[in-house]
Amino acid sequence: MSELLQQFDAAPLALTLQVAIVATLLALLLGVALGWAFARTRLPGRGVLEAVCMLPLVLPPTVLGYGILLLMGRHGVLGGWLREHFNYTVIFNWHGAVLASALVALPLVLKAASTAFSQVDRNLEAAARTLRQSRWSVFARVTLPLAWPGILAGTLLAFARAMGEFGASLMVAGSIRGQTQTASMAIYDAVQSGQDQAALLLAFVISAVSVAILVASNRFLAAR
Amino acid sequence: MRLSRRLAAVLVLAAAPLMAAAQQLTVSAAASLTDAFREIGTRFEAVKPGTTVRFNFAASGVLIQQILQGAPVDVFVSADQETMDRGVKEKVLDAATRRDFTSNSLVMVTPMAGAPTLSRIADLTRPEVKRVAIGKLATVPVGRYTKQSLEAAKVWEAVEPKFVFADSVRQVLDYVARGEVEAGFVYRTDAELMKDKVRVVLTARDHAPVTYPAAVVTDSRQPALAREFVAFLSSAEAQSILGRYGFGKHD
Repeated sequence: MSELLQQFDAAPLALTLQVAIVATLLALLLGVALGWAFARTRLPGRGVLEAVCMLPLVLPPTVLGYGILLLMGRHGVLGGWLREHFNYTVIFNWHGAVLASALVALPLVLKAASTAFSQVDRNLEAAARTLRQSRWSVFARVTLPLAWPGILAGTLLAFARAMGEFGASLMVAGSIRGQTQTASMAIYDAVQSGQDQAALLLAFVISAVSVAILVASNRFLAAR
Repeated sequence: MRLSRRLAAVLVLAAAPLMAAAQQLTVSAAASLTDAFREIGTRFEAVKPGTTVRFNFAASGVLIQQILQGAPVDVFVSADQETMDRGVKEKVLDAATRRDFTSNSLVMVTPMAGAPTLSRIADLTRPEVKRVAIGKLATVPVGRYTKQSLEAAKVWEAVEPKFVFADSVRQVLDYVARGEVEAGFVYRTDAELMKDKVRVVLTARDHAPVTYPAAVVTDSRQPALAREFVAFLSSAEAQSILGRYGFGKHD
């Protein structure tokens, strides 16, 4: 048992958390902004835009991964431009894993945020405006705090989803130990090469961590 | 009379799937054999009417894992002796049926467009070469051959941080063809398939000879047919198909 623990490779776990946290933050920022826009404004083409944003939730991971490759790859529209002008690419580095995870996490935050915002009583916002609060102040001090529990619930789901992201990340970032190999990829590699004990240990650890996060977040939400 | 006729018809229809299954062969073969084997499979079906050959192509290490886990496979064809040895040692492959039937060579390839021009193995250490694609060492034979070659050239450690490990030799080829890596190591036969997208820079040396063994799986439900397929691989027809794709003789 102790030699098993000695052999345990913590790098995939650390990388999974790193990628998931950054991806969730990105999804949170974008999700809240878009959620507010969908709930409070009447943008033209809103329906189509919302459907596009929800796509990563229903698309097969390989389709998503391939799409990212086409866009951000060396010969891709955005990827080629970035590589040429900034010598930067997301392919085969952890930024690619963050991009894939953020894309699959976004719909979860977005849906929660737009629902939460649409449920905030607009009379309260109007009242704040009559008390000479600026629009931004109304958002920050009235709307957001009221919508926050709903947004948080969506964000926690998004985090769990980002932790488990595998298919699209594998296609975009590859499975490079220490650089892009997240826990899911490490388990996949271990199973493929017959390292059952390593796979079992890693699967157990990542499940325990996920459960702990969910339990803690439930407690946190209930306490509010 | 009518009833017995109907009964006979029902029995024949019910037995049909069983009859079809009775002549089906499942072959797990190394990814590099994909195109050649599809043709060989069609020829085998023509030579033995009533037979269907089903193929399962992946890295040899992945395939042997599946067989070890009990996958219902009849014939296993590997891209190296090491994976075959494992199967024999674990007693899932019938050592008496084991036979080499073809060979290949290892080449270094670069993307056709937009990549630095390389001419020697040592060029991989240059800073313009950011990523090099090779097969995963645990499961992909081409990765192990590459390691042997790079270690012999004394550049393995210098290039190691640049490696992107692929699930199969075809994935290495894909990475290079897409231009996501500056160089990769595949078999000559794979490079031939994408002549327009990848360029062969050199033939690697100092690795174990790339030979392909085939064997019948111990738990095969079609041992006789499986043995015939393995024998067919050494036939003039199969050898000529393999030759067209650039494979070599096994000796």
